[in-house]
Amino acid sequence: MKAIRLALTALLLASRSVHAVEFNHFVAEQSSLQFVSRQMGVAVDGRFRRFSVKLAFDPARPAVAKAQLELDLASVDAGSPDADGEVVGKPWFNVKAFPMATFVSKAIRPLGGDRFELSGKLTIKGRTHDVSAPFVFRQEGDNGIFDGAFVLKRLDFGIGDGIWSDVSTVANEVQIKFHIIAAPAAASK
Amino acid sequence: MPDTRYTHPAIVLHWLMAVLLMALFSLGIYMHDLPLSPDKLKLYAWHKWAGVTAFVLVLLRLAWRVGHQPPPLPAAMPGWQKAAAHGIHQLFYLLMVAIPLTGWLMSSAKGFQTVYFGILPLPDLLAKDKELGELLETVHKVLNLSLAALVVAHVGAALKHHLRDRDEVLSGMLPFLKRKS
Ligand code: HEM
Repeated sequence: MKAIRLALTALLLASRSVHAVEFNHFVAEQSSLQFVSRQMGVAVDGRFRRFSVKLAFDPARPAVAKAQLELDLASVDAGSPDADGEVVGKPWFNVKAFPMATFVSKAIRPLGGDRFELSGKLTIKGRTHDVSAPFVFRQEGDNGIFDGAFVLKRLDFGIGDGIWSDVSTVANEVQIKFHIIAAPAAASK
Repeated sequence: MPDTRYTHPAIVLHWLMAVLLMALFSLGIYMHDLPLSPDKLKLYAWHKWAGVTAFVLVLLRLAWRVGHQPPPLPAAMPGWQKAAAHGIHQLFYLLMVAIPLTGWLMSSAKGFQTVYFGILPLPDLLAKDKELGELLETVHKVLNLSLAALVVAHVGAALKHHLRDRDEVLSGMLPFLKRKS
C-alpha cells in the first residue's frame, strides 16, 4: 500500500517536472466577462455577472487543452437599466427561449511566448458559429490568468434583430473581453 | 442719444440660441418618454450634439457680451423693472451654461460618453455612478423648467415693451423691425 502511494507520488512529481501545472479549477469570483458595444459611435461597457468555465490547460501542452463556457444571458449588465431590460427580450437574447450561451473549444494553438489562440464553437440563441480569440496566459502565484478578446458580429447570432438590425445605431461588432482565473488542481485540494 | 440697437453678432447669437434652445427643450421632453428603440438612441445623440453646440454658442456669446455693452434700458423704466430685467438676463446666462454642463456630466455619470457629431469625444469629467447620474438628470430637468419659466417672463416683458410701452426694447433685438425714432 505504502509502496503504491510512494510510486504514485513519484509519478506525479515526475509528470510535474516534465509538464507545467495543469490549470483546471475555475475561480469565478475573480474572473470577468466584459463587452463593449457601440451605440451611435459611442463605446458602452457591459458585462455578464454569471458564467462558469470548465477547463484543463497546461501551457506546456496546449494541444490537449480544453475549455468550455456556460453563460447565463439574463445576468447581463448592458450599461444602463433601460438597456438591461431591453437586451433580455425577444429581439436580443430572448432569454426565455435561450437562457444560456455556450462555448466549446476545438483547439488551442500556441502563438509563441505566452500567447495562444483559442478556437471553438459559440452558441447563442440556438445559432452556432466558429469563433477564435487570441489570449495571453500568465501565472500569478499559484493561479493561471487568461486574458483575451475577440470581436463578435451580433447579427450572426440574431442578437438584436428587427428594428435593431440597423447597424448604424448599434454596431454589428461587439468586442468581447475575457479575464479568466484558474487554480491548478493541486491547489484546490 | 445712445444707440438703442444691439450689435449684429449679439442679435444673431440671440436668435440662433432662441431657436436652438426651444428645439432642444422640446426634443428633450419628447425623447425622454419614448420606449427604447434605434430612433430613441439617435434622438439622444442629436440632443447631445445640439446641446454641446448651444454650449459653444453661449461661451461665444458671453465673450462677445463682455466686450460689448447692450443698449441701455429706456430711461422711463421704473428702477425695479430695470433690476428685474438685469436679474433675468443674468439668470439666462447662468442657465444657458449650467444646462448643457449638467447634460454633459449626466451623460458621463450614466456611462454614456458624449462624442460630438460622433467624431470628437468630450472627456468624461465624472466616473460612472448610477445615483449621481439620476441626480444630475433631475437637476438638468429642473434647470430646464426654470429656463422655460424665465422664457415666458422674458417674452412677456418684451411684448409689453413693444405693444404697451411702445419703446425700442424689442426692436433693439430684432433684425428687421423699423426703428420708431
Ligand atoms: C442648452 C442646452 C440643452 C437644453 C435646453 C436641454 C434640454 C433638455 C430637456 C428639456 C430634457 C428633458 C428633461 C426630462 O424630461 O427629463 C433633456 C434631457 C436630456 N438631456 Fe438635455 N438639454 C441641453 C443640453 C444637453 C447636453 C449638452 C447634453 C449632453 C451632452 C444633454 C443630455 C441630455 C440627456 C441624456 C437627457 C435625457 C435624460 C433621460 O431621459 O435620461 N442635454 N434636455
